[in-house]
Amino acid sequence: MRQIFKFHGGVHPPTHKIESTITPIAQAKLPSKLIIPLHQHVGVRAKPIVQVGEHVLKGQIIGRAEGHISSTVHATTSGTVSAIDLQLVAHHSGLPDLCITLIPDGKDEWIAHSGVDYKQTTHTELRHLLRQAGVVGLGGAVFPSDIKAYRHKHTINTLILNGAECEPYITCDDVLMRERATDILRGAELLRELLYAKEVLVGIEDNKPEAIAAMQQALQDEQHGHIEVITVPTLYPSGGAKQLIRILTGIEVAAGVRSTEKHVQCFNVATAYSAWRAITFGEPLLSRIVTVTGNVEHAQNFEVPLGTPIDELVAQAGSKPDTERHIMGGPMMGVDLPSDSVAVTKATNCIIAASPALFPPPQLELPCIRCTRCADVCPAELQPQDLYWFSKSKNFGKAEDFHLFDCIECGACAYVCPSHIPLVQYYRFAKSEITARERESRAAEIARERHEYRQFRIEREKQEKAEKLAQKEKAAMAAKTATPIVSENPDEEDAKNQLRIEAALARAKEQAATNKPKNTEELTEQQQAEIAEIDARRAKAHQIATSEDKAE
Amino acid sequence: MISALFVMIGIALFLGAVLGFSAIKFKVQGNPLIDKIDAVLPQTQCGQCGYPGCKPYATAIAAGEAEINKCPPGGEEGIHKLADLLGREFIPFGEGAAPKAKSVAFIDENTCIGCTLCIQACPVDAIVGAAKQMHTIVSLECTGCELCIAPCPVDCISMLPIQEDITNWKWRYPVIPIQAAA
Repeated sequence: MRQIFKFHGGVHPPTHKIESTITPIAQAKLPSKLIIPLHQHVGVRAKPIVQVGEHVLKGQIIGRAEGHISSTVHATTSGTVSAIDLQLVAHHSGLPDLCITLIPDGKDEWIAHSGVDYKQTTHTELRHLLRQAGVVGLGGAVFPSDIKAYRHKHTINTLILNGAECEPYITCDDVLMRERATDILRGAELLRELLYAKEVLVGIEDNKPEAIAAMQQALQDEQHGHIEVITVPTLYPSGGAKQLIRILTGIEVAAGVRSTEKHVQCFNVATAYSAWRAITFGEPLLSRIVTVTGNVEHAQNFEVPLGTPIDELVAQAGSKPDTERHIMGGPMMGVDLPSDSVAVTKATNCIIAASPALFPPPQLELPCIRCTRCADVCPAELQPQDLYWFSKSKNFGKAEDFHLFDCIECGACAYVCPSHIPLVQYYRFAKSEITARERESRAAEIARERHEYRQFRIEREKQEKAEKLAQKEKAAMAAKTATPIVSENPDEEDAKNQLRIEAALARAKEQAATNKPKNTEELTEQQQAEIAEIDARRAKAHQIATSEDKAE
Repeated sequence: MISALFVMIGIALFLGAVLGFSAIKFKVQGNPLIDKIDAVLPQTQCGQCGYPGCKPYATAIAAGEAEINKCPPGGEEGIHKLADLLGREFIPFGEGAAPKAKSVAFIDENTCIGCTLCIQACPVDAIVGAAKQMHTIVSLECTGCELCIAPCPVDCISMLPIQEDITNWKWRYPVIPIQAAA
């Protein structure tokens, strides 16, 4: 029996998981239209590579990964691209982002695809395939998996497969483990190979006995030597990567430190499953399991094509009229969706239909009484009451000193707060304010550098010009003072010069003869008089000049 | 008595030598206060303060020649920071020096005649172009100083405020909505 460890704090919110696990995973119906966001992952937004009106096949790449940290986006069914524009997406800001709208043709026609045997393929090629298949972390962080499945600087001893699924209502990983345990474990073996890890630990909370049994069974059937399924106690937020690492290995991962530096890497069970499908069958990430629960007729898990609008998905579980909003994710960390028409993305693990009865409006925020209950439950061992104080007073430097960025925004503090303070909102405000400031100061630093360089360049150009001028002058002086070249035959030289002068004079005369003044015919009397006057003045000036010359 | 005198003179000479040496060796180049002030300024290099750039303004503040409320791009927060740094009192912005929303310059490429005047005006080399060729702004490097607008002979440069999108969106300060009494 492996020893497991404890992390600090944690809470026990009601789980509400039974409702959606009674029935198996259902295939969601193809919607009337698919809205596929191009930014479904952490990193740079994918670049659209299709045109409006183009017909695409299922699995065809419609968004190309741009830059190092990015991922590919595919058409989730065959159909016609009807728009590439800004649409509302599932994001806290409620702001629109670039999406490709696809009208399905109903044929669901696949593009040619084939898998490889990972044991016969180089790791570089495998990582490339993962990137091309758009595989990202499906636990919610959506970090591109090809980057995580690379042993870079540090050796990886332990690969952790996260099947804890600690947040209330969400059961997508639970049912996936129940129904597709074999493929998950094969995927885990693939990821272990990529990372050269010694062991794989699958952490599952003890409120999912069926999933644990299914995984154990698959483990026995397939004889995976390096994998171990470990039951962990149900405690929110044990599904946080850092918390699960702590529980399974006892290793503390500090803020700003990557778990790989501690020789541990963590993947979600669904990510392992998708990686396996992508490599072995060449199937890109086109759908994911989504729990539809809350205020619906029959809560259930669906295999949903990415891009399905929420309202069409919820309708399949039986939407109720008193639903006032939808939450993507769990009630603790989820996103309030800005509209019912936003699409399912790779990060959508759960849709909760919220009614006032199920999720009453937040109670009035009362002053903090410094009871420190929040500090007792904080899994990151912070002092939430102090962080709240500094965030509220916009004392950001102090908040950072108190390790604000260690906060994983799990919401345990706000859950227990007797004054109903929306603590996480304050932390998020402070965090985004700090990051914005850092971005600004970086931009200012670049502007300063560019300005200083420009001034240096202008100065340098000035100097170079001055030097050039000085050199020219020097050369001219040198030419003047240098002794003239003495010809061997002075008479001949003189004669030559004389000839040249004569030739030039002849040319000038000829020109004077041929170039007559124009417009001199048909002049009016007035003009004639003006010309005569000017001529006279000229003659007089000439006379004066010659007489002065004589006088000298 | 004599020996004591010599000892004292010796010590004095030695210490004098040490001080003289360290005065040369550890001499601080420039005024460190100027760099500190310059670090607080937003580096737009816009000249709205009346000085030809952020560094000259910092120099003027350090010399006590300029007030600390002359930098609209820095916002009120900038004045607070300068006040904290220099131990002065906070002074609000004067008339007509209110900070504007952050924006970047945009060249209407249909109108641009390729005169290079804006390129010469840009303090951070954020305009690309050549004589009789179309110019364009490198918006990532643009500080929004507006110095390129005045020299343009065809008025083809406009300032576009930076729109909020998903990448630069910030969480708002939590507020409690006030509900009307039922």
